[in-house]
Amino acid sequence: MTKVEKVIKDNSKELNVNHKDAIRLRIPKTYKLFIGGKFPRTESGRYFKVTNKKNGKMVANMCQASRKDFREAVLAARKSWKNWSGQNAFTRGQIIYRIGEMLDGRRSQFIEELIVQGYSSKKADAEVDLALDRIIYYAGWADKYQQIFSSVNPVSSSHFNFSVCESTGVIAAIAPEDYGLTGMVSTIIPLLAGGNTVVVLAPEKASMAGITLGEVINTSDVPSGVVNILTGNVKELVTHFATHMDVNAIFYGGNDPRIISKIQKGATSNLKRVLIYPKTEWEDAESQDPYFIMDTQEIKTIWHPVGF
Amino acid sequence: MKKKENMKLNLNTQWDYAPAPESMDHIKIQKRYGHFINGEFREPVNGKYFDTINPANLEKLAEVAEGSKEDIDLAVQSAKKAYNNTWSRLTGKDRGKFLFRIARIIQEKARELAIIESLDGGKPIGESKNVDIPLAAAHFFYYAGWADKLKYAFPGKTPSSLGVVGQIIPWNFPLLMAAWKIAPALATGNTVVLKPAETTPLTALKLAEIIQEADLPPGVVNIVTGGGQAGAHLVQHPEISKVAFTGSTAVGKKIQQTIAGTDKKYSLELGGKAANIVFEDAALDQAVEGIVNSIFFNQGHVCCAGSRLFVQESIQDILIQKLKDRMETLIVGDPLDKNTDIGAINSKPQLEKIKKYLRIGVEEGAQLYQSSNSLPNIGYFCKPSLFLNCAQSHRVVQEEIFGPVLSIQSFRTAEEVIIKANNTPYGLSGGVWTDKGSKIFKVADQIRSGVIWANTFNKFDPASPFGGYKESGMGREGGLHGLMPYLTLN
Repeated sequence: MTKVEKVIKDNSKELNVNHKDAIRLRIPKTYKLFIGGKFPRTESGRYFKVTNKKNGKMVANMCQASRKDFREAVLAARKSWKNWSGQNAFTRGQIIYRIGEMLDGRRSQFIEELIVQGYSSKKADAEVDLALDRIIYYAGWADKYQQIFSSVNPVSSSHFNFSVCESTGVIAAIAPEDYGLTGMVSTIIPLLAGGNTVVVLAPEKASMAGITLGEVINTSDVPSGVVNILTGNVKELVTHFATHMDVNAIFYGGNDPRIISKIQKGATSNLKRVLIYPKTEWEDAESQDPYFIMDTQEIKTIWHPVGF
Repeated sequence: MKKKENMKLNLNTQWDYAPAPESMDHIKIQKRYGHFINGEFREPVNGKYFDTINPANLEKLAEVAEGSKEDIDLAVQSAKKAYNNTWSRLTGKDRGKFLFRIARIIQEKARELAIIESLDGGKPIGESKNVDIPLAAAHFFYYAGWADKLKYAFPGKTPSSLGVVGQIIPWNFPLLMAAWKIAPALATGNTVVLKPAETTPLTALKLAEIIQEADLPPGVVNIVTGGGQAGAHLVQHPEISKVAFTGSTAVGKKIQQTIAGTDKKYSLELGGKAANIVFEDAALDQAVEGIVNSIFFNQGHVCCAGSRLFVQESIQDILIQKLKDRMETLIVGDPLDKNTDIGAINSKPQLEKIKKYLRIGVEEGAQLYQSSNSLPNIGYFCKPSLFLNCAQSHRVVQEEIFGPVLSIQSFRTAEEVIIKANNTPYGLSGGVWTDKGSKIFKVADQIRSGVIWANTFNKFDPASPFGGYKESGMGREGGLHGLMPYLTLN
């Protein structure tokens, strides 16, 4: 093997290619943002490096999303909200199930990317399994949580009175930093099941898998703009997430008191719902239940007189 | 048919209403009230009092204590002690029994409470008697029953109480708002510090007497009277676990700002600018009654008032004529007269605010119409008012006035009116009038508001969740959903 061939082979291993013929050069992916059903680069032209955790070698230049990217994503999310919130619950469940199907088909890619970003192969494998199970879990809730949280109210006057769940709207979300794909899925999927649209900041430690999840979502019949995924710096973006006037709620899966404080202060601009989950565990059974859907639901109560 | 539609009500009858004042000889108001802390009335730490007046005749009703930081602290400490030593140790069954007692005593004293409510706040006695006080009692009854059944409310979860809850209420439904706040908080096992509105403290203080009569353990409910400062001290107090507030969106935002960086929970029930939509296929006479109720109920001092009326173009003329005719029959006057439809505006600043908006509307080019009925010579009163030919950009369309002022716009299609109705930062309530069932459901579905009244308006019930979307607040009061803001679910 020539020296050049050896270099090429090493680089291929770097990217975890199992090709027997290591001479062939791989085509590395440019990781971009996922906004409005498209994969644009950040308008800011900025990037941060992802290196292979094992040997420190460069793997990808991730987009460092800007405030402008976030605004574009909110526009896309707002535009798609009417369609998505108006979908019937059964269809939303089917589409979420389809996300699971698509993800399962690409599990090896997710495993690869998680390993590059520092997961052991065993852990990466378990991570993908868990993420998949969680998607299927919420797919099933999409047409059931309404019956748990709605009510027919026995008012004393001659009226028929009932309360239903409706989506809160556009949600800006900061996915848990240390829970990779599971954290992303646990953030996005309950919001989708409840008819919301979302702009989510992928965890830096699983930014590759985060963007690849966008590719999965984009091929799963999820309408454009319903899910938008950014990569970047949480400290830079958090204030913009919290203060945007067309975002209805902000989700944070973490416990950094400075970030929490910025969220709580910024949210007052338009009375955003503040959803903080200072959990240090996103993998156990308590990390999935319909109350995660309920947290981004508004209760609407409707009255009508009863009479001939 | 056409002739009938144009037929005007004949108001020129010999049957004028004779005065029908409610007798006040049974009513006991003390000259001076302290704060209600740890089960007894006590003087304010700084010794300061302020007057509460009758807005219908400007006469002083009583002096009430001006709450200071020290008073708030005493009240919170008392609530904390009660939480730790008694209330959190009681069974749900016993908590419920206390609430049932309170409900019963409110019913027994309903007449007295209704009269004091009208004296202190200016609302017509008919409304105090038939709406405020019965609903307040019903609210305690409803939540009393929940106290020992909480485990059934949230499947898969174990609910637990929060601790001391700070509650701030407005002046438009003084006793009813106190009931909305206190009943679910106690049923879920919390203890309370309540601050009533500055201009309407009396029925909350009467409620304190009722709480004494009911033998509620001292400190479970504490009531500190005062103005915005007292409220701010309560919100800032480090030992409260939650703030529940009903009032303006501006203050709601301030509260959210103040408690940022703490782990205090909060529920906010804030302002509104509800769209009341009348389609051409509505039952018009019913709709007119509904419009009157939506904007003139309680002098329009209602956060969920239907203050924006949208009328389909084809029926605009006839509907507005009918509305004007109906307005001529409304009696504005003494709140304690049983025939009064519209009582006194709650305070001088509020009357000035309403008058300011009446000027703004005219300046912006909307056409003001007011009924011709007379107003009393003293006291704070305002004629029922309409703004015709409003544009979406008018301040009287965008901003909450909180008075008997209705802004009217017309529309052609359902799609158009839904866009207009939702074009507001508020989302508390909405109304739709049509005889077509499918249209009701479609419109109700598309209006972004927490309460939709279809072919009715301004109805309330303890079993019915109430609260806003968007900048009208967060959390629900009433019904099963009203338990949630007072619990942690594990």
